[in-house]
Amino acid sequence: MKVLLTCALLLAASLVSAASPEAAPGPSLYDLSERLSNQDGAPVGLDVHRGNKVLVSMFYSSCPATCPLIIDTLRAVERGLDSSQRSDLRVLMISFDPARDTAEALRELAKTRRIDTQRWTLARADDAAVRRIAAALEIQYRHLPDGQISHSNVITALGRDGKILARSTEIGHADESLVRALATAP
Amino acid sequence: MRLAGNITLLFALLPGITAFAGGTGSVPIPGARFESVLPEAPGTKIANVAPFRLDVSLVSNADFARFVRAHPEWRRGSVKPLLADAGYLQHWANANEPGESSARKPVTQVSWFAASAYCEARGSRLPRWHEWELAAAASDAVPDARADPAWRQRILAWYSTSARGVLPDAGMSQANYYGVRDLHGVAWEWVLDAGSMMVSDDSREQGDPDLQRFCGSGALSLEQKENYALMMRIAMLSSMKASYTSGSMGFRCATDIEERR
Repeated sequence: MKVLLTCALLLAASLVSAASPEAAPGPSLYDLSERLSNQDGAPVGLDVHRGNKVLVSMFYSSCPATCPLIIDTLRAVERGLDSSQRSDLRVLMISFDPARDTAEALRELAKTRRIDTQRWTLARADDAAVRRIAAALEIQYRHLPDGQISHSNVITALGRDGKILARSTEIGHADESLVRALATAP
Repeated sequence: MRLAGNITLLFALLPGITAFAGGTGSVPIPGARFESVLPEAPGTKIANVAPFRLDVSLVSNADFARFVRAHPEWRRGSVKPLLADAGYLQHWANANEPGESSARKPVTQVSWFAASAYCEARGSRLPRWHEWELAAAASDAVPDARADPAWRQRILAWYSTSARGVLPDAGMSQANYYGVRDLHGVAWEWVLDAGSMMVSDDSREQGDPDLQRFCGSGALSLEQKENYALMMRIAMLSSMKASYTSGSMGFRCATDIEERR
């Protein structure tokens, strides 16, 4: 069975690589014009931090395991930058779970995790927008019957115009490739 | 005698004609609890699908051209690289027109983003995987033909020849039990949750689901060879990023049916 499955995957992968040359370099996340609302319930765009370099990831606040770790990892990347680079950096975290992650829940998370909402934005969006944003960030997620959300962890570094500089699936420590991409981008 | 023969022929043609006239419409699919090849969680094989409406046939190039004319941001050459790769609508005669010969064929070379935008512009959405799987389990005679070896064999035959040759026109294959066409034997199809199919069941595991984890994990319990056709589809879908396009990947739309209180 495993062999069959592997073959199917490899075949599919070869179909895809044959059919899909890589997109032109440097797509911008801001080409998605999604409406979000922040922890204060204020409407913001996906490009809320346009003009700054940004780390973007997704989470849900009732998550027991990885989401606290995502915040820790984002902070570790911040610490990898020098202080002027750090003050220039913004963080955008978008919830998978708009039903439970109300503005109140996001504010509560900001409070308990001592998040500086001057530089970090915790945001929610409707289900369709969440799906598109996750797709653009190459994050997979699935609502489980028990109310948990199974998801992959991807942290994306954006340039000032939203251009995707680097992606990382490493969690628990600062991925050097993210730090370098942020430090060297104009 | 000759007259009678013609009448018989006429009646034989009629169902096909009326069904083609409805080819751009949708039909209701009753909700169901059914055994999916892609369980929602470990230990559950049963998927719950609420009643929904599903397009009878795949979206055609002509259908998609109408959308592109109304939404020029989705024109080939104008579309943002985040939302579609370089193959997007490359088979069309120009940025607005597919060309006469392919107008009625299913549109392919469209990204998940583009397919989603098309359905949303129509007030609908892409079908979820479980919805697609439920509708595709039907033969022309019964709602769940998955245990019928002859039916399975017909479907498998296509998977050994797909991605080759010329696409047939949309809506020309035999309607299934629900009146839906083209589910097998025509093209792969985007689904709403294409980006959710391979995710590991345990998000405490780190990193992206990879080949090894996918094979070894409990996310899929594909133990029967007859699921091979669906497995191919799942493998294809999960290997496509949302901006990717393929000459064999099309789509259709679905809508929720509001339950009455």
